[in-house]
Amino acid sequence: MSETHAQTVPFVRDTMLPPADPPVREAGAVRWLRENLFSGPLNTILTLLGGLIVWFLVSHFWDWFAHSVWNANSLAECRQIIAETWGEGARGACWAVIRERWNQYVYGFYPVELYWRPTMTFGLLFVALAPVLFSESVWIRRVVLVITTVLTLWLMVALGAPAAWLVFAAVVLVGAILISERHPAWLLVFSILYPLLGVWLLWGGSAWGPIMVLVGPVLGWIAWRLLGRVSSLIATIVALIVPLVWWIVFAGDAARDAESLVSLAIPAVDSDRFGGFLLSITIGVAGIAMSLPLGIVLALARRSDMFLVKTLAVIFIEFIRGVPLIALLFVASLLLNYFLPPGTTFDIILRVIIMVTLFSAAYMAEVIRGGLAALPRGQYEAADALGLDYWKAQRLIVLPQALKISIPGIVSTFIGMFKDTTLVTFVGLYDPLKSMSDAVRASTSWKGIYWEPYIFVGFIFFLICFCMSRYSMYLERRLHRDHR
Amino acid sequence: MTDLSVPATTPFRPSMLIYDRRYRSMTFQVIVFILVMALAWWLVNNTIRNLAALGKDFNFGFLWQRAGYDIPQTPIPYTSNDTHLRAAAVGLLNTLIVSILGCIAATVVGIIAGVARLSKNWLIARLMTVYVEAFRNVPLLLWILIVFAIFTEVMPPPNAFRGENPTASMILFDNVALTNRYTAIPTLGMTNDPGSLDLGARITISWATLAFAVVLVAGWIARRMIGAWAQQIQDRTGSRPTTWWMSLGVMTVPSLLLIWYFGLHLIPPTLKGFNFTGGLNVQNGLVALWLALTLYTGAFIAEIVRAGILAVSRGQSEAAFALGLRPGRTMNLVILPQALRVIIPPLISQYLNLTKNSSLAIAVGYMDIKGTLGGTTLNQTGRELEAIVLMMGVYLVLSLSISAGMNLFNARVKLKER
Repeated sequence: MSETHAQTVPFVRDTMLPPADPPVREAGAVRWLRENLFSGPLNTILTLLGGLIVWFLVSHFWDWFAHSVWNANSLAECRQIIAETWGEGARGACWAVIRERWNQYVYGFYPVELYWRPTMTFGLLFVALAPVLFSESVWIRRVVLVITTVLTLWLMVALGAPAAWLVFAAVVLVGAILISERHPAWLLVFSILYPLLGVWLLWGGSAWGPIMVLVGPVLGWIAWRLLGRVSSLIATIVALIVPLVWWIVFAGDAARDAESLVSLAIPAVDSDRFGGFLLSITIGVAGIAMSLPLGIVLALARRSDMFLVKTLAVIFIEFIRGVPLIALLFVASLLLNYFLPPGTTFDIILRVIIMVTLFSAAYMAEVIRGGLAALPRGQYEAADALGLDYWKAQRLIVLPQALKISIPGIVSTFIGMFKDTTLVTFVGLYDPLKSMSDAVRASTSWKGIYWEPYIFVGFIFFLICFCMSRYSMYLERRLHRDHR
Repeated sequence: MTDLSVPATTPFRPSMLIYDRRYRSMTFQVIVFILVMALAWWLVNNTIRNLAALGKDFNFGFLWQRAGYDIPQTPIPYTSNDTHLRAAAVGLLNTLIVSILGCIAATVVGIIAGVARLSKNWLIARLMTVYVEAFRNVPLLLWILIVFAIFTEVMPPPNAFRGENPTASMILFDNVALTNRYTAIPTLGMTNDPGSLDLGARITISWATLAFAVVLVAGWIARRMIGAWAQQIQDRTGSRPTTWWMSLGVMTVPSLLLIWYFGLHLIPPTLKGFNFTGGLNVQNGLVALWLALTLYTGAFIAEIVRAGILAVSRGQSEAAFALGLRPGRTMNLVILPQALRVIIPPLISQYLNLTKNSSLAIAVGYMDIKGTLGGTTLNQTGRELEAIVLMMGVYLVLSLSISAGMNLFNARVKLKER
């Protein structure tokens, strides 16, 4: 053993040192900035460029936004208030126009004393949608229905709805909440009846019209039950023909006679009184509700083995997709009178709804066809192996999966269609975007106001469309069945 | 169904038309055919009766009558004394101009925004998200109206550019003037003008344009040939000759020579009196429509590009790096070919949408085919049926040819499966 070794003191650390803080550049906000904004020369340039854009936008629009005026009766008054408060030459937004013309933007030229009717229709829409849209989660459905009930009733009271209608709305809404707790599927009955109720509430007139429309399917069902014992084929054919005959031949007279016996009429409102978001939402909801089933039928027809059916579907889809919606709207407003028997006139909003429906059904068909094509062949073969016939296979196996795959496409078609409802301005209807803003500008007090109406309408459209796209993402996640 | 052990000995009964799957589809198709024919007959019959009741007939003779209205922007010579047919042709050309310009610009904007949205830079990615969501969720008509309002309300009148101390100034090195009536841009001038080729019907095309077209096509073919030659050498020897400078040469040098030969130069717009002259005064309707269509469709294309890039799995680029490919070649040879397969089909439908959306030109008074044939001509002659049928036919041909052309391109880039 050498001397040196004898003198070495063994050192064993018996306490743990506290961990040192990371270098400033590697922690907290500085690190985040380094990694996300300044990670290299290119990124630094991009960040500066982005910052420049943001600064440009903020510096240009902040003043205008901050100097908003909400209370004024004309643009001149607005400008005066801005000049008095922030000095001569200051710019500011005049949102007072929205405040003053709010009713016009929402209800168009609908009679003021009947504003509660569209409001009630809109509230009941959520009841009709509840079993379809919010079918999975009890809590979401509960919250949506309760909020709808409270808001609808409160608004109806505020808008001066008659007591009888308040009671009716309260019964339906509270009833819906109670039913949805126990038997949510029963609400589907209301969803099926809702279109007739909605049309009657919006346009008014005699309640016997919608009731007689409803009688058609009931008669068809009775015929089907009676003839079902004889032959299912004859029963089906008769069940399809009876409602058609009823609607075309008898329903009109029956409604008139019933009305003269017992009057169930509420004040009628003409289509030219519709406008603003009431018009957009009416066309949008009707188009969405009808274009999905039509699109499914078209998609199935296009993939059919039957040559003629397939050819017709291809011609229809490609024709509709090949022409702009404006051209179809002009067909609706100018040419439909040529194609129908002489002397027929029917409502311009109805014509527009039909055209919008056909238009988005063609796009919908292509989206769903994509979903059908994406489904593995094994699924079709499995359905065949189980011995399911065509419709059972489609209903139970193919469509649920194909529709799930095509949800993003379907919803973006819906969004596109809702945005396209603004085009009705070109056939003389009062859409909120162009016609209504032009109407507002036509008055002397708001002459020359451009940005505020556009921004307001754009914001509402953004809100609705953005919610729809977020809902589709939620739906996609909810229906995600694989990779659990 | 195809059960060979049971020969078809059962005699034919009428009920087999419905219950036998061999005949059922036939029965169904016959019924559909009869119904469709009946519907068509009903529609045609109604139309004939309605036309007779109105004392009208169905003929396109009005197309050869004098139009009698002016069109502000005409790519081919047109006066109000020309026929409705020529007005419709001007409208069609205007539709094509805004569509083609829009498609090109929207592609550029869309690719930049789509790639930027995937950027690691937080600020840029967020900015692009805001852009995409804002434009996708708001009606196109709103953007067209806003952009148009910016031009007509915010831009100065042409006479603001006048005087010693003008209140407005031109941009881009005094080449472009944004005014509230039009956007004045420079035109091309030639010191050595070779004259024009007359195509008849007062349509002329400059020899210089033809020369450039020939040179560009020839250059493109030469480039392809150089590529094939390089490939041949690579196949034979294993090393590829450097060809980029040859390709660049054949693509640019002849054009540059032509520019020098014709003395091509820019003629900037200059203020004479109350208006800009010398350059080209582009109607603000066109500029607003083009900008709005570009930004709107660009947002959709950005999403398509983003989805296409995300669709190529990371493993592909990692495998390419493992093989020793440089980043540029990885992009060209591995990622782009796969991403394009996902991108092209939806891109085609965006181009179609843009072309059809250009019919919103009526909102800003730009005379496209909807404005001429489906607008003023229709109102003047009162021939709704003919004008709208013709207009829809034109749009249909346009759409079908765009999708046919793009499908050809798609067939070239798509995965060749065995």
